[in-house]
Amino acid sequence: MKTKSLVSKISGVSFAAMLMLSALPANSSFAADLNALVWCDHSDPNLLKPFEDANGIKVNVKEFEGTGAGLALVDQSKPGDWDVMVIDSIDIHRGVEKKLFEPLPEDKLPMADLFPEVKMDSSTVIDGKRYGITEKFGYNTIGFNKTKVDPADMNSLAALTSDKYKGRIAIYDYYLPVIGMAAMSIGKKTSELTEADLPAIKEVLAKMKANAKAVTDVASSQTALATGEADILVGGGEWVTAGIAKDKPELDFSIPKEGAVLWSQSLAMFKDSANKEMALKFIQYVMSPEGQARLATSSCYWGMPSNTKAALNDDQKKILRFAEQPDFLKRAQAYPAPNEALDKKMQDLWTEMIQAK
Amino acid sequence: MILPQNRVAWASVSPALGWTLAFFVLPFAAMVAISFYPQDGSGPSLVSYAQFFNSPSYYYALFNSLEVTGLVTVISILLAYPFAWILADIVPERWQRLALTLAVLPFWTSYVVRSYSWLLVLSEKGLVNTTLVDLGILSAPIQLANTRGATIIGFVHFFVMLLTLTIYANLKQLSPNYRKAAADLGAGPIRSFIHVVLPLTLPGIMVGAFLTFVLAIGDYITPQILGGNNELLMPQLIMMQIGRRGDFSSASALSIILMVVVTVAYLFCARWLKIERT
Repeated sequence: MKTKSLVSKISGVSFAAMLMLSALPANSSFAADLNALVWCDHSDPNLLKPFEDANGIKVNVKEFEGTGAGLALVDQSKPGDWDVMVIDSIDIHRGVEKKLFEPLPEDKLPMADLFPEVKMDSSTVIDGKRYGITEKFGYNTIGFNKTKVDPADMNSLAALTSDKYKGRIAIYDYYLPVIGMAAMSIGKKTSELTEADLPAIKEVLAKMKANAKAVTDVASSQTALATGEADILVGGGEWVTAGIAKDKPELDFSIPKEGAVLWSQSLAMFKDSANKEMALKFIQYVMSPEGQARLATSSCYWGMPSNTKAALNDDQKKILRFAEQPDFLKRAQAYPAPNEALDKKMQDLWTEMIQAK
Repeated sequence: MILPQNRVAWASVSPALGWTLAFFVLPFAAMVAISFYPQDGSGPSLVSYAQFFNSPSYYYALFNSLEVTGLVTVISILLAYPFAWILADIVPERWQRLALTLAVLPFWTSYVVRSYSWLLVLSEKGLVNTTLVDLGILSAPIQLANTRGATIIGFVHFFVMLLTLTIYANLKQLSPNYRKAAADLGAGPIRSFIHVVLPLTLPGIMVGAFLTFVLAIGDYITPQILGGNNELLMPQLIMMQIGRRGDFSSASALSIILMVVVTVAYLFCARWLKIERT
């Protein structure tokens, strides 16, 4: 009797535990909240709190890095779990192909106020419908310590492969923009790259690697420049230098004569969102002059607001080099946007570059 | 017919079985299945595995991992054994608890914070370079951070403590009579250590070494922060597949290859321990 009772108790507890586990929701948010898949710059309370206070809701954010990781999070969630997503502008098509995104109403967004060059219609508009709106942009270019290098040298990508700065360079660990820079350094257009261009790009990357101390992620890139571990960051830009400009005024970035790679991030709304009205309100808030200023100066990283009317003060505009944007944008080239096969080959090329002794 | 005592046994292990099934066997089976379906949608194949064996930059990642992990394990053992011996044999009993607490202090700090701290200590303007330059030992700072050496230092700092604990526990269990008997039979301290103490503490060494190997070979944080990505180790290669491209097939195949290596290491250790026990 005792044995039977014990068996039934243990079985009962086991079953109940498993039932509880299987019944756990995918996330602990409430339906009335707004659930956003974001990059770290959107987690800043300075950005979120005014919106939350104004609308009496909580914005639950989940950070991710890399479109692949973000889309994997969506795959693992139930339809409707997420309302908005921050995504590389060039990757919006990936969400659309998965039938994840809802078209955005252009008439309810400040399209006319955006820098024309960053609207990125070729990426954000698919079959005549806008699925994303660029909220922030900047450049993958040359970030440097102007007290340690000759700023004039930073006006050419050739400096990155010359012996003059050997051992003083760090490379930002993201293959697309750096491959774009390598391509530009040999006169190729980032938008026209094919597999045939890869051998020549590989040579440039090998020279860069030979000069490099480290291949660094976002945080390590900033640390490398800030601590003096590296004097030059390949792929760096305002996203590395602007946020620490007050403490490290010696850090700067250049747009070399060959140009720079334009990065841009967009906001998209999920088709299955149960809170589309609030999701649109959030997008409108982020795109408003006030939201744009807060996003541009987020504690995680700074970047240019895509709205020309962003409410930045003079100091912030100076740090972001707001007035120079028309010239920068004229000389910038698009982020490489390879198809699946070429993307894989580019990543393998990057792997070979890192592993090269 | 299941006997009542068997029912109790089954019921007792059912939570553990259920847990293992739900959170290990099923996810592992899913990972195996995914590894056979390449991201390009071409149907089941060995493409993701072939990529590893056909690409030097991929299989070098495994070689790098084995080299780094092997060095970390050996260095950690060499440092941990005397440390554990001092703790167990020389430090007075009443101070041993405090000494052990101090030994495990590194475990109390965040892994990421500890790695970044090492990065700052080893940087060109860090404590090590500054001291060496100030003392006139170096004329100019040398590159310590963002190297394989930095990765090994970060790992060893952590794993020496782990190994110290496992070896210390083993040494404390060792009756002093073994050494007395060896001395009575004419063995000097070195001979007594090599032929008596060391073999009897091998289980502690092997357990610590295995844990060090497994934890280090699967670690992403330390090589990423301290190694400067100047070479790729397996966890970094796996993460690279996920980041932008979301290539779960390649990531799964690489993870399974890594798991096979860990399994081989386990079998090696298990066999060794079994030999020692017989």
